[in-house]
Order: sequence, then C-alpha cells, then structure tokens
Amino acid sequence: MLFVLLAPFVIAVLAPMVRQLTGSFTGWVLALLPASLFVYFCQFIEPVGSGEVLRFSTEWIPSAGINLSFYVDGLSLLFALLISGIGTFIVLYAAAYLKRHADLGRFLMFILMFMGSMLGLVLSDNVVTLFVFWELTSITSFLLIGFNHDKAKSRRAAVQALAVTGGGGLALLAGLLLMAHVGGSMELSELLAQGDLFKENPLYLSILILVLAGAFTKSAQAPFHFWLPNAMEAPTPVSAFLHSATMVKAGVYLLARMNPGLGGTEIWQVLLVVFGGATFLIGSFLALRNTDLKLILAQTTVASLGLLVLLIGLGHDKAIQAAMAYLLAHALFKGALFMAAGSVDHGTGTRDVSKLSGLARAMPLTAAASLIAALSMSGLPPFFGFIAKEFAYKASLDGPWTLEVTSVLVIGNALLFAAAFLVGAKPFFGSPGETPKQPKEGSVSLWLGPIVLSVLGLIAGPGNDIADSYFVGPAASAVRGGAMEVDLYLWGGIELPLALSAATIALGALVFAVSSSLRRALNSLFGKVWGPDQGYDQFMDGLMGLARALTGVLQTGSLRRYLLISFGIVAAALIAPTLVLGEALERPIIPPADFYIWGVGVLTVIGGLAIVLARSRLVAILSTGVLGLAVAFVFLLFGAPDLAFTQLMVETLSVVILALVIMRLPVDGKDWRGAPRALRDIPIAATIGVAVTVLLFSITSQPLDLTLSEYFAERSYTEAYGRNIVNVILVDFRALDTFGEIAVVVIAGVAVLGLLAAGSRRTESEAERRP
Amino acid sequence: MEDAFAMVVGVLFALSVYLLLSGSIMRLVLGIFVLSNATHLLIFVAGRLTLEEPPLIPDMMKVAEPGFANPLPQALILTAIVISFSLFAFLLVLAYRAYQTLGTVDTDEMRYAEPEQSLTSLRGRDV
Repeated sequence: MLFVLLAPFVIAVLAPMVRQLTGSFTGWVLALLPASLFVYFCQFIEPVGSGEVLRFSTEWIPSAGINLSFYVDGLSLLFALLISGIGTFIVLYAAAYLKRHADLGRFLMFILMFMGSMLGLVLSDNVVTLFVFWELTSITSFLLIGFNHDKAKSRRAAVQALAVTGGGGLALLAGLLLMAHVGGSMELSELLAQGDLFKENPLYLSILILVLAGAFTKSAQAPFHFWLPNAMEAPTPVSAFLHSATMVKAGVYLLARMNPGLGGTEIWQVLLVVFGGATFLIGSFLALRNTDLKLILAQTTVASLGLLVLLIGLGHDKAIQAAMAYLLAHALFKGALFMAAGSVDHGTGTRDVSKLSGLARAMPLTAAASLIAALSMSGLPPFFGFIAKEFAYKASLDGPWTLEVTSVLVIGNALLFAAAFLVGAKPFFGSPGETPKQPKEGSVSLWLGPIVLSVLGLIAGPGNDIADSYFVGPAASAVRGGAMEVDLYLWGGIELPLALSAATIALGALVFAVSSSLRRALNSLFGKVWGPDQGYDQFMDGLMGLARALTGVLQTGSLRRYLLISFGIVAAALIAPTLVLGEALERPIIPPADFYIWGVGVLTVIGGLAIVLARSRLVAILSTGVLGLAVAFVFLLFGAPDLAFTQLMVETLSVVILALVIMRLPVDGKDWRGAPRALRDIPIAATIGVAVTVLLFSITSQPLDLTLSEYFAERSYTEAYGRNIVNVILVDFRALDTFGEIAVVVIAGVAVLGLLAAGSRRTESEAERRP
Repeated sequence: MEDAFAMVVGVLFALSVYLLLSGSIMRLVLGIFVLSNATHLLIFVAGRLTLEEPPLIPDMMKVAEPGFANPLPQALILTAIVISFSLFAFLLVLAYRAYQTLGTVDTDEMRYAEPEQSLTSLRGRDV
C-alpha cells in the first residue's frame, strides 16, 4: 500500500521528463498511473462489499506512535475509486487542454502530486499521517491554483486558499492530537471504535470545534465559502478535479469519518445542519448571480458541499445513505460538467453563459455529456442524481427540524435545478451566438472524460443495485460505524418525497425561466454588500498594517532603543516568576568572614563603579584594570588558580589594547547622557541587577547536582593521568570544546586584521574621492 | 558567602547595562567588558564558592580529597574568559573602524545600515 501511495509522487517528479519524451502522447502515458491505481483499488470492492476492512502499516516513528498506517473500508474505498478514476480522465484532459502550454509538464506533476496526497488522506489510519496528507493537499492545491503565477488574481486566489485551508489544517491538527490524547491511540480506527468515549469527555467541545474548523475551511462552508469561487483562477482541469471528487470533499470525508466518534450529539447536529444548510442556500443563490460557467459551477459546488454537511449532520441512517449517494452522484455530474465547461471555453473562447447558445451542432459530444450531467444534477429520473435527491428528501422528512430542513432542501434544489440547465443546456440550444472563436469539438481526450462520467451517472440510476451494494452501502456502513443495509431504488411509489421532487422541478423551471431577471435583481440587491471575501482582504491589510506598525516601533534603527527593549524584556522575564510564584527568600545570609574576602568584593564593585563614573579616558582604562584584577583575586581566593592566571594575562592584554584604541578616539570617557535619559536608564539597569541577584539567590538555595564534577574528579588521574582536574577537563575530556575556543580566537584575530587592512585601504580611496 | 557575591554580581550587571545604554560607542565597549566579567562571576557563584581548596589531586593519591572547589564551572569560565577576550578585542577594533568610516562615536548617529528614510519609506509603501 505504501508503494502504491508513493507511486503518484515518484511519477509526478518524472512528469516533465515524460512530456519531453512523449510529446503529444503525454496525457495517455501519464493517465496509465491513475488508471492502474483505479484497477488496483477495484480488487478491494468485493472484500470491502462483504464487510471486510483491510489494513496496511509501516513503522515511521514508532516511539511517538506515528506510523504510516492505512486502512480500506467502504468510505475510503469510495473516495479512492473516485479520485483515481476521475483522476485518469483529468490527466488525459489536462494534457489536451494545455497542449501548447510551456509548463504542461510541471502542471501534470502538480496534478499527480495532488492526487497522491488526496489518496493518502482518505486512506490514512494514523492521525499524524492523515494530517500530513491533509496539509499536502493544501500545498499542492496552492501550487495548482497559482499555476498562472504571472496573474495577480491567481496569486491572490492561491494565497487565499492556502491561508484559509492551512489555518483550518492547524486547528485540525490540534483537534486530532486532543483526540489521540483522550483516546490513548494514534490510529483513527481504534479511536473511533471506542463508542461514546469522546462524547462524554469534557474536552469534547474543544475537539469538535477544532475538527469542524478544519473540515469547514477545507470544504468551503459558510463563512469560509469565499476561497472556492476565487480558486476558479486555476486552469479548468484543476477546477474539475478540485471540485468533483477531491480537495473540497476532504472536509466532507473528515466529517463522515469522524461521525462514529464525534457525531450524533445535539451540538454536532445543530452545528452541521445550520452551517450546511446556510452554505447550501448561499451557494445556490450565488450560483444564479454569475454568468461565468465556471463560477456558476463553483458556487453550485459550494451548495452541494453544504447539502452533504447538512445530511451528515442529521446523522440518522437515511441521511447517511442519502449523503453517500449524493456524494457519488455529485462527483460524476460535477466532474463531467466542469470538463465540459472547460471544453466550451476551449472551443469558443468564452465562458459567459449569456453569450453562449446553439453549440450543439458544433460540439455534439460535449453537448451530450453536458446535458446528461445536467439532468442528473437537476435530479430528474431516471438519473442517479434523482435517487440521491429523493433519498435526501426521505432523510429530511425523518427529522429533526423536518419543516425547516425540508424547505431549505426544496429551495436549494430548485435553484440548483435552474443552475444545472443554465450550465448544461442553455449554451447548446437555440440559434448559434457570436463567440470569439469559431466553435469546434475538441480532441478525444477532451470529450472522453465528460462522456464517461455523465453516462455513468445515467447508468447508475437504473443500475442502482450495483451502486448500493458495492459503493453506497459499504460507505454508509463505514460512516455509521456499523453494518447498514442500503437499498436504493428509483420508484418509491407516490409518496411525499416524489411530490417534493415535483415541486422542486416546477419551482426550478420557474427560476430558470426568470434567471436573467433574477440575476439582475440579486446583483442590484447584494452587489455592494460586504462579504467574507472583502473581510479576508481587510484581515490581510490589517495584518500588514500591524507588521508595519510593530516594525516602526521595534526596528527604529536606534541601537539604544534595541538595547532598551531587550533589557526591559530580560528584566521582566527575570523578575516576573519571582513575583508571581511569590517565594519569599530569606536572603541574604552573610556569614562572618575575614576582612580580605570583604576587601576583594568591595574592590570589584569599586572597579566597576569607577568605569561608570570615570571623567577621563585614562581613569576609565585604569578602572578596567582594577575590575579585572579584582575578579582575578576572587578566583584566586575561592580555589581557582588557573582562572586567576588566565584572567591576569587576559586583563593585561585587554588594558593594553584598550589603551591603544581609546587614545585614537575623540572621547573623554565621560557620560554625555543628560539627566532625563539617565533617569530612564537607571531603573532598567537597577532592575537587571536586582533580577540577577535574585536569580543567583534562588539558584544557590537549590541543591547542586555534582554528578558531572564528581565524574571528572574521579577519572582525572585514573583515566587521563592529570592531577589538575580543570586542565584535564579542558584538554582531555572536553578537548573538542577547547579546540572550538581556539578557533574562535583565531577567527577574531583574522577579523581584526581584516578590519584594519580594509580600513586603511578604504580611507585612502575615500580620501581620493573626497574633494 | 555566595549571597554576598551574588550581590556583587548584581551590581556589576546593573553597571554594565547602564554603560551599554549610554549611546557612546566607547562606553558600549566598556559595558561589554564589565558584562563579561559579571557573567564569569555569575557562573562561578552559581557553582558554589569553596574557600582556598583548588581542584588538584595531590601526589601519591589517585583522587582528590573531598572538599575541593567545583572544577566544572572553572573549566567553563576558562573557555569563557578567552572567548570574551576575543570578542572584546574585535569590538574595540570594530568601534575604531566605525568611527573612522562614519566619523562619529554616537550610536544614534550610526545609521549606515538603517538610514532614517528607510523607515519613512517603509511606512508609506503599499505592501
């Protein structure tokens, strides 16, 4: 299984090369990969249909419970088949659609990578693996949406999609980790098998909100629905792939997957039904506001996702059946419609539905595919879309909130009916209109996908026995978390759902008839209304503004400001814990000691003070000497002769160098700060001093761990044959550190030489340049 | 005894910060000097003070008698002394070169890398 999931990525990297080698056959060659994946997944149909769940696991980071584990059940198999099956046609289609594009190889590489990520996502068992693939789909779709990266709109859409879905992905990660924490396992199959564990846990609400944040952003639920229509900037094959089987359905997949563990509670129902229903209505209304074929389709996708979320939210058996049936129906008709819309654009040079008409004669195959898909989308018998819609009505009539949900469904479906005919029928009938290009049918690669997908949607209607026992049934069982009998049928007798269907069709036909005046009305009503898309821009502008303001405050270019901020923060960080924890230290404890010990301490302080107070540079130089010497005395007193010798030598050298340099600078060593500035600096300096003292107090009041010191002391002579423990540590136990130290000295020396040499050269050349 | 020297270390830190904030490149370098000495003492005190018992192993013995000073901080400080000396020397020359090139010892006037107008242009620019 791991090999199968790696294959798309490996082939993806080779895609540009394949294009070089095979030229116009690129699509057919590369389509072999998804096609063979499809065949590979087909072998699971039989066992999964009989209720088996297949598992594959490879260790990745076993110590953290992170494994490359995958499982195939009804739900993941349905998705895997859709992804690889539709993927086959998308690769073919893309190669023909972008035939003359210079970067076709790169495009196909992204598409294949995206497909691989999506497959990994739906097959993952481990939560971390799931998250990794989830993020991979965000990143690859960013690359795909921004494929035309020389267009500002594409770049904005790509960044927007990444920001929205990536942000949601982070929330999802937190949610998944919380689930793993509560359930004590990283494997989804184990977590979800634990029944009501999550629903009874106090963390349930946090988990739910985090997971929903991931799912809703990915599946473009209101108020995050804005990124999806913007993503239409991508080339058409991307839109077809993103919106039929994948990417946006990842959120729906996640909700369906989580249903056994998180679903069924009241809050789950309310959130999913309300957000799903709102998205369904918003999407279907927005669809009728547009005239661009792709935008209409994108908005209807938003609507369909809303419907799926709503159905999963209802959560009873009928609703789950309806959701899975609609998922399959939607993938088939939406994939076909997107590709057909792309072919229309390709063949005529426009996607404006108000300019397109009478194309059926010029593009008969595309027209046929579009029409069949549109009939399925509008929910007319005997197409599979009809069954899906019929079952959705059956589900809504079972409650809860029967009246509200059913009316939402009728209105939304009627609007989708109108949108379906607008996209799938209107461009092909009537008298031929004026288009930028003379319309003509594309090559076989362009019409094969739409024809196959739409015809499948037609066959699945009468052939619903195969659809329910092999695809919808196992998927619904997986969503429910237990076996479920699914029996789809076309004719359920004259009952309420049929009446609702009839009402939908009547209402839809009416909406279609008045669609252009409805569009005008909607646009004049909502044309200038604030929407989340503007909200996104305002948020981004606000972020930039904040960054600018912060940079203005922090990066002023003034060294004193930098130091002030840094030391202020250090002081706060050192003081705050003591204040918050409030540990009263009974300090200082000062035992009686000989006068010379006091003397050394006082001398150190005097040396430091003298540097600060020095009024001439000579005094400053001398004071550094005093301080250095006093520190050497401290070392000598407390049993560190090596330190004392080193300090003495270094001090002498320092004073010499200091004297050499300072005499060449025009300073008298005096402080030139005025009283106001000194008054501001003194408290900060004093706070740091107090903070360090308190820090040392608390360090020395803790017991000291002498393990290392004792280790070195014991082995100093027995193993390294040295009697001076400090020296042995430096030249034997930690010799490499000392080597590093010597390297630092050498580098500093070279740097000093370099500075001086460069200095003398540049001053000469600058002197020449200056008049 | 540690407490008394903890206060000495605190005073040295305060003095060094005050020097660093002064805005004169010369006092800045002196501040670094005081700061390194203060830091060495900080490590020294944190490793506890032991009066007049260097960590040496006497002749005829294989391990030192108990009660010797903690050798580990000493090894650390020895490295630190040498490195801070290198830093100090480098800083001194850098300060000297900065003065030569820019003609000032006031850090507020050293704006070669971040000129005043870079900020104003940043504020005005549409990103």
